[in-house]
Amino acid sequence: MTEVSSDGGPNAQYAKFLAEGRFMIQRGKNSGKAVFYPRAYAPGTGEELEWVEASGKGTVYSTTVVRKKPPTPDYNIALIELEEGPRLTSRVEGVEAADVKIGMAVNAQIIDGEEGPLLVFIPAGD
Amino acid sequence: MTKFPRGKTAIVGAALFGGRGAPGYDPDEIAGIAARDALFDAGLTPADVDGLFVTHSNDAFGGGLQLAQYLGIEPIVADNSRTGGNVFQSYLERAAWLLDAGLINVALITYGSNQASATGKLTSSRKPFAYEAPYKPLNPITSYALAAARHMHEFGTTKEQLGHVAIAARSWAALNPDAANREQLSMDEYMGARIICDPLGKLDCCLVTDGGGAIVMTRMDRAKDLRSKPVSVLGATSRTTHDQIMGMPDLTTTGLAECGKRAFTDAGLGPNDIDVLELYDAFTINTILFLEDLGFCPKGEGGRFVEDGRIAVGGSLPVNTNGGGLSCMHPGMYGLFTIIEAVRQLRGECGDRQVNGAKTALAQGNGGLLSSQAVAIMAVD
Repeated sequence: MTEVSSDGGPNAQYAKFLAEGRFMIQRGKNSGKAVFYPRAYAPGTGEELEWVEASGKGTVYSTTVVRKKPPTPDYNIALIELEEGPRLTSRVEGVEAADVKIGMAVNAQIIDGEEGPLLVFIPAGD
Repeated sequence: MTKFPRGKTAIVGAALFGGRGAPGYDPDEIAGIAARDALFDAGLTPADVDGLFVTHSNDAFGGGLQLAQYLGIEPIVADNSRTGGNVFQSYLERAAWLLDAGLINVALITYGSNQASATGKLTSSRKPFAYEAPYKPLNPITSYALAAARHMHEFGTTKEQLGHVAIAARSWAALNPDAANREQLSMDEYMGARIICDPLGKLDCCLVTDGGGAIVMTRMDRAKDLRSKPVSVLGATSRTTHDQIMGMPDLTTTGLAECGKRAFTDAGLGPNDIDVLELYDAFTINTILFLEDLGFCPKGEGGRFVEDGRIAVGGSLPVNTNGGGLSCMHPGMYGLFTIIEAVRQLRGECGDRQVNGAKTALAQGNGGLLSSQAVAIMAVD
């Protein structure tokens, strides 16, 4: 039987890590296969998971610019493929929204978002 | 697994209501009126219905029960699944199995929406997802834009090719008196339209309209005694691959690649056998993805496939003959309207836009953010 954790469920645990400035993902205890977003077990197999520090390295898998009416600035939304495998929704900062390109190497950064710590990505540079 | 009851059930009634606008009506009224008209079309009444399959634009817990009460019926199957706009093909699939098994005798599938009159916007009761909402996606368009951008990257699909999808849809709408936008669309006008989420602009997006529809199904033996020409159901399948776009296994391949094949196998047909194709074109990229996934062209070739007017009026493959969600109507969940247009084409009721001699049709449904897919293949003798 699965025990209740005093740290709360995987979503709460992830949020706590993020608040500590740590980008953590999960991986299968046996398979080592990485999982994101946080889950109580591996999707498909039900395998037990453990938390690991993400490398923070990723690649832009797809990208779009949400066009707003001036003076509201346009903004980027991107799908990032993490080095470990999983894909997630985020945005790329530090570059014009329209200059974010598929295949671009990016690094994770935790910023103060409107509703708490937020995971974003910045271009990895050369 | 038991084989799909090919040709054992039929669509015997179909009706539309309020697609050009139904201000002052609520969704249950719109669904209810379409339901009664579809039943009368078949020569049946509400009292004949024992399987009710319904959702509408502002559905909530207990959805479907209100419509049963409205119709004054006590259905033994009341299905209010809400996977998205594909659910009507899935309802049809389930109804075919349940009818063939003998659990129900008459299935009513219906939908109503007053979203244009009520809000002027696409209505959705979808809950925000914690790992996506903080980035402020303008969904659904952001997710479809991400799929379109990836398709362009992998296969060289161009903005002009997306434009050909919009222009083709408008060419059909011009022939349909029930379509909302009937003026021919030029490539210049398309290319000049405001971009909302790159690469998708205003003319890559479906309309926001009111509207309801209903179809009625029964077993083929009974269908032959009813008033309308029965449209035989040869195959119907569904597949769900993800919820948010970040969970989509491959942004350029939908669940149709699997369930489309299964539906063709059930039907004993292939893409070349289909006379009329009705696709869920909520966005221009959809038509390209679905043509590929259903096998009408190889993966990655969808953009080039639509380029020469092939799916427009006068082209070799009639697609979205009512004008589609892009130019005819889109009341929020469009899947039922692809089925109804297919039925009307197979019955030969389509006037100026009638595809001559249409004997087979495929009506596809798409739900969520390319998340849930379903297909129905139909035919007449």
